Formats: sequence, structure tokens, C-alpha cells
Amino acid sequence: MESFLQQLINGISLGSIYALVALGYTMVYGVLRLINFAHGDIYMLGAYFGYYLSRLIQGRTPSHLLDAAVVMFLSMLGCALVGIVMERLAYRPVRRASRLTLLIIAIGVSLLIEYSSQVIFGADPKFFPQLIPETQIHMGGLILTNQQIIVLFTALALMVLLNLFIYRTRTGKAMRAVSFNLDAAKLMGINTDQIIALTFALGSALAAAGGILVSINIPGIDPLMGVMTGLKAFVAAVLGGIGNIFGAVLGGLILGLAEVMVSGYGSSTYRDAIAFLILIAILLFKPSGILGKGQVEKV
Amino acid sequence: MLELKNVSTRYGAISALTDVSFSVAKGEIATLIGSNGAGKSTTLRSIMGLAQPHAGEVLFEGKKINRMPTHRIAALGIALVPEGRAVFANLTVLENLELGGYLQKDSKQLKKDLEHVYVLFPRLKERLLQMAGTLSGGEQQMLAIGRALMAHPRLLLLDEPSLGLAPLVVQAIFDAIAVINKEGTTVLLVEQNANLALRRSQNAYVLETGRITMRGTSTELARDPRVKEAYLGE
Repeated sequence: MESFLQQLINGISLGSIYALVALGYTMVYGVLRLINFAHGDIYMLGAYFGYYLSRLIQGRTPSHLLDAAVVMFLSMLGCALVGIVMERLAYRPVRRASRLTLLIIAIGVSLLIEYSSQVIFGADPKFFPQLIPETQIHMGGLILTNQQIIVLFTALALMVLLNLFIYRTRTGKAMRAVSFNLDAAKLMGINTDQIIALTFALGSALAAAGGILVSINIPGIDPLMGVMTGLKAFVAAVLGGIGNIFGAVLGGLILGLAEVMVSGYGSSTYRDAIAFLILIAILLFKPSGILGKGQVEKV
Repeated sequence: MLELKNVSTRYGAISALTDVSFSVAKGEIATLIGSNGAGKSTTLRSIMGLAQPHAGEVLFEGKKINRMPTHRIAALGIALVPEGRAVFANLTVLENLELGGYLQKDSKQLKKDLEHVYVLFPRLKERLLQMAGTLSGGEQQMLAIGRALMAHPRLLLLDEPSLGLAPLVVQAIFDAIAVINKEGTTVLLVEQNANLALRRSQNAYVLETGRITMRGTSTELARDPRVKEAYLGE
């Protein structure tokens, strides 16, 4: 029982990271009907920004937590800018092109970021500095680390904030309008280009947060770290119903739990396979995803 | 107030509008009639910048508006109620109306505008927190018009407001349009239902395969034998 609880916590913790990254996929899909395959690479950039920022900032603020918060905030900001530039340069000029063109461009952007990162940061893995010294917390038979708790709560807090933004603010309302009907949103006087840029910025910031939170737990980072996580987060978004915010969170959590349970009770060899098994199953049995409606586009 | 000068618009290689010129005077209800596929919706889309004319000019209050982005045209005081209403189905009725007033930053004024819409369409007030997608067709049309009014347009473009609605509902919608016009909003009405459109407007234009083929006061056109035969079913 204790071991199950332990796995449950680990699964939710991992799942909340997938959820953060999946949110970006689903939000961009919502406004542009585009699967932004470069999204996983933004997550990687988030970790690298965090790496360099940590070396600048660590020890300069009064507490470890504040160090981590500043690093995370600045890295999110940096990735938000990258997201805006990416949309402006790569996607906006071809907004009216076919889906296939967009998809190929997205793959191109992804490869561009991955391999220029290898040139700029080096292809060898780097060790992410320990921003918060690990302490173990024993609760009954459970062993938690303070880092796990921080990661989990930060991820949850970001999701709550995003939800408040989308459902409680004027701009969030505009974002939902754009996602439902682009032309009708323009007729309301909404500057849809701005909203689309903002969507990329928000999605990228969340991915950056994901990249840093992961690196706090698992400190090895490399320029291709976004490939697998990006694919899995994509699976999470499809699983929940792409275009649906709650779906992305749900899909992320299910995927995280499934992975942890498979490696905990089955064999960790199949850890990565489970995501794709889920993808195949969802595409076969409910292609619109758990919370999705209607037809899902083929990608 | 609105003037189109030799506007031509095409979709890819297909010509949708050829050399379309007409104008709408301040305070009137003007109508554009024509059969399915004549280019009526394209005309409205060309005015709003949702379709880009490749030749000609669109002037609003003397200012050239073609080539301006749609959201800025909307901000100038033109609202379009699109064909098929295009309400935001996954948002509540209230949120739809609030989006109509997206550019209104004064929350007191926004409240007043909402009240104004409720007076015009009391049905909407009863359904404020319902998702717009769950409304009936007539209610969705009311919502689409109410949403457009939230922006205080000086010119209201209506694309087939009678489409798919029961006669009684159509009556109610057109009564509301008359009220909106009396309150000072100029209206350009696009309709397949020529009978209704000619009765409710002052000036009319007939659009056939992308060209204006007839123009005149609505009473004149309603008596014209060609219009009678082609559009009034007499």
C-alpha cells in the first residue's frame, strides 16, 4: 500500500510536468489548428536558460527558494520571447498555407532549434545546478523530497493561474473566442495576431517552467531532451482531447501515472513504450480524446 | 457613409466580385439582394477586410478602409453579423455579449450597453449563463445582433438574418432591426428573401454573379418586372 502511494505521488509529480508541456501544445492547436512540434524544444531551451541563469543568480538572493523562483521566472520570460519570435518568423508568414505545410515547417523549426542548440550549448549533457538542496521528508512509510513537493505545487499553481487567466480575464475570453472562430473574433475588434502571439508566449513559458522543474529533480540536461518529453506531452494532449485545456492536464496526469506504474510494477524497459501504446489505443478507440469533441485532424 | 468603388474580389482564380460600386447613406436601411452564390457575403467580407479586394476601394465616412486589418475596421464603427450567426458556442451568452463590447474599456458603459441589448431582446437576459451553442436558431440570431450592437456600430452589416428561421421569429428580428435603425444605426442588409428585404429597406441593389445589375429605391425595384420574376416569385 505504501509503495502504491509512493508511486502515486511520483506519477502525479511526473504527470504534472507532462501537463505543463501538453498545455502549450493544446493552446496553440486551439488557436491555429497547428501541432507545434518545436514545443518540446522550447522545454529544452527553458532548462538551458535555467542552467545559465542559475550560474548567474545562485547565491545572489536571500534564499534558495528565491534563487529558484527568479531563475524560473526569467527563463519563462526568455522562452516566452522565443515563442513569440518563432510564431512571428516561422508560422505567421504561412498562416494561410495548408496544414501539411505548417506541419513540415514545425518539424523544421524543431530540428533547427535542436541542432543549433548543440552548436551553441554543446552536444554533451550538462549538470543542472542544485538550486534547492534536497531534504527528505518521511511521512509514515513514504519518502518525499522537498524538491518533489516544490515541483508538484509549482506545476499545480501554474495550472490554476492559467485557468484563472483563461476563464476570468478579458484577454482570456478573447483567447477562447479566437480559438472558437478566428474571423468572428476579428469582427469583435480583437487583434487576433496579438492573441495568437500571446498564446505562443504563454505555452512557451509553461514549457520552460516544465523544463526547469524537471531539471530540479533530474539534473542532466542535453539539447535533445525535448524530443521525448515533447512527444509524450503531445500524446498527453491528444489523450485528453487536443484543444481542450482540462484535457491536457488530465492527459498529462494519466500519462505520468501510467509511466510510473509501468516502471514500478512492470519493467522500466517499457516506461517509454506506454506513452505510445496509449497513443495508438486512443487513436483507435477515441481519436477525439477523453474530453475532446468532434474529429481530430490527422497529423 | 459607406461607398464601394469598383471593388473586385476573387478567391484564388475564381472571381467572386467584379467592379462592384454602390453606396449606403447615413441613417438608411440599404439592401443587397441576389441569389445564392451571387457574391453577397463576399461583398460584406470585402468591406470588413475578411476578404481582400484586388481592385477598387472601400470608403467608410470618406476614409479608405480596404487593406486595413479587420479588427481596426471593426474599431472604426462597422459591425458585421455574419451568415450563420457565428456565435461563440462554447462561451456563455453573457460572455458573447461582453466580447461584442471588447473594445469598451469603461465597465459602467458596458453595463448600460448590456441593458440596452436586454431591452431589445429580453429572451437573451433569461439565458445569460447558458452556453450560446444551446440556444435556438432565433435566439442565436438575436445574440449575434446583440453582440454586434455592443460595439456601438454606426454601420451594421447583416448577412442573411432570416436564414433558417421560422416566419414569426423573422418578424421579430426584422422589427428589432427597424428599432436599431431608428435609434440611429445605418444598416446594410443582405438577404435572399428579397420580398422581405425590399419591404424593410429604402434603397436596394441587385447582385448577380458578382456584378451589380440593378439599383434603385426599394419600392421601384419591388415593382420592376425583372426583379419580380427573378426574386419575388411572381
